[in-house]
Amino acid sequence: MNAIAQAEPSATVAGSAPATPIVRTRGIHKVYGGTVHALKDINLEFKRGELTSLLGPSGCGKTTLLKIIAGLLEPTEGEVEVNGKPVTGPGPERAFVFQDFALMPWATVLRNAAFGLELQGVNRSEREERARHYVNEVGLSGFEDKYPHELSGGMRQRVGLARALAVDADVLLMDEPFSAVDEQTRRKFQEDLIHLRERENKTFILVTHSIEEAVYLSDRIVLLSPRPGRVGQVIDPEIERKGDPDAIRRAPEYLDLTDEIWRGLREYVE
Amino acid sequence: MTKTDTVPSAIAGGVTGGAMTRFAQMPVFWRLLSLALFFGAWELAGQSNFNAAFPTFTETFAAFVEMVLDGSMGAAYLRTIEPLIVGLAFSLGVGVAAGVAMGLRRDVEFLTLPIFITMQAAPMAALIPLITFVYGVGLASKVLAVVFLAMPVITINSYKAVRNVPGSLLDMTRSFMGSRWQQITRIILPAASPMMFAGIRLGVAEGFSGVVLAELLITPTGIGDLITYHRSVANFGHMYATIVSIVAFAVIAVSLLYHLETKLFRPEKRGQ
Ligand SMILES: Nc1ncnc2c1ncn2[C@@H]1O[C@H](COP(=O)(O)OP(=O)(O)O)[C@@H](O)[C@H]1O
Ligand SMILES: [Mg+2]
Repeated sequence: MNAIAQAEPSATVAGSAPATPIVRTRGIHKVYGGTVHALKDINLEFKRGELTSLLGPSGCGKTTLLKIIAGLLEPTEGEVEVNGKPVTGPGPERAFVFQDFALMPWATVLRNAAFGLELQGVNRSEREERARHYVNEVGLSGFEDKYPHELSGGMRQRVGLARALAVDADVLLMDEPFSAVDEQTRRKFQEDLIHLRERENKTFILVTHSIEEAVYLSDRIVLLSPRPGRVGQVIDPEIERKGDPDAIRRAPEYLDLTDEIWRGLREYVE
Repeated sequence: MTKTDTVPSAIAGGVTGGAMTRFAQMPVFWRLLSLALFFGAWELAGQSNFNAAFPTFTETFAAFVEMVLDGSMGAAYLRTIEPLIVGLAFSLGVGVAAGVAMGLRRDVEFLTLPIFITMQAAPMAALIPLITFVYGVGLASKVLAVVFLAMPVITINSYKAVRNVPGSLLDMTRSFMGSRWQQITRIILPAASPMMFAGIRLGVAEGFSGVVLAELLITPTGIGDLITYHRSVANFGHMYATIVSIVAFAVIAVSLLYHLETKLFRPEKRGQ
């Protein structure tokens, strides 16, 4: 297995960036209960340090694919490799950010953020120190002792993000992380995510159904077709993200690409 | 006593929990006033003599004081409380364990769920004469009566509570590589506890019914005996005093349980 993985990195098509794939899916099929064909023949490579969006209409299998990569679901056929090794379940190099936040209502922000470390058996003072760092990193310092029901949706998702960052995984899997928050919070969160990427050297795989979000955030966009989900198109938006966020959102490349993707997806909707 | 923090009713745990929270949050003055109104209405109704067997509040209260002082009330409670406590302890231990096991494991669910559903739906009071037939008129029958009434609701609620734990919380522990044991102790049990406690409160209330029914139907002892005796000699003040005292005792026991739950298990509901 390793020999093959080492022989292959140069085979990636990317022009300038010589990034190696950290996650790779091979011929993934997923059939639910013998009848619902959710995913069909998904072959993808996710490069180290990049942010890839999985974009597609709802019900096309985005969550299913992300959970298969996370090791939370078994594919019916095919396999996932992380760092060249086949995945058999969840692993320390991957951390999940849940659409509905998945916070413990009975635990404070700090304990929630430290929970991944708690499960790993890290001692209390050390895990709280690391959690505190990431709670601060996601902009929630001062809220460590609050409970989830005292926070807004956006703040709760930041706790979920802090928890995923605290375990220091290489790959962050985010399932529609901004879908449950209002539009202003969403934009602020997207900008913060861009800044976070400058500080943290992580690979992000992000599920979204928002074209604007995918274009604004991603190094690479994977368009999935409706059920059975297949890879429709892979797009590498080359958008310069340094600078004023509002200017980026008005830039012609940004608007053109959004439009192009919309035209591509439109046939599915109609 | 003057807690005024608000608790979202969704996490307050069931109907009894919601109503209880609201009552506990009422300022003391209003709580006393509502009791005073109730006793006032009772007094007036008693004085109107609409029914010879209906005593006034003051008569009833006097009878209560008399029974406390002559020791008959205390003696009755000592008798009644024994099968109640034994039966509730058994129902809690076995009921919660069975419910949790049913929630966690499909095989246990298939084997035992039908029994508990039948027990919960059946009018268990109808079985009490049958219990007597098998176990005689002693302590065992009364304990069994308490268990029959209290355990089904405790078990079924514990089972449903475990089943209702959000899937994403379970996925979350798995994604951070928590063991099954960690998942059960740190996620499933705490997440299930509000609904489990709602079931326990209902079960305790049912247990009171069970013990009183047993004492009325099996052999007159304790509180059941006191009620039967005072009815037979037409001491209606004493009879009402006994009934009201057991109702109040049940209400206090259930409220204490609610406070205990909040204190021990729900840190997010405590005022900060
Ligand atoms: N546990 C399941 N059992 C049966 N069908 C499922 C299950 N989970 C998802 N599906 C179906 O699979 C398809 C893909 O679901 P999902 O991955 O959640 O889509 P998306 O995240 O893109 O909205 C949907 O049609 C959904 O109804
Ligand atoms: Mg989804």
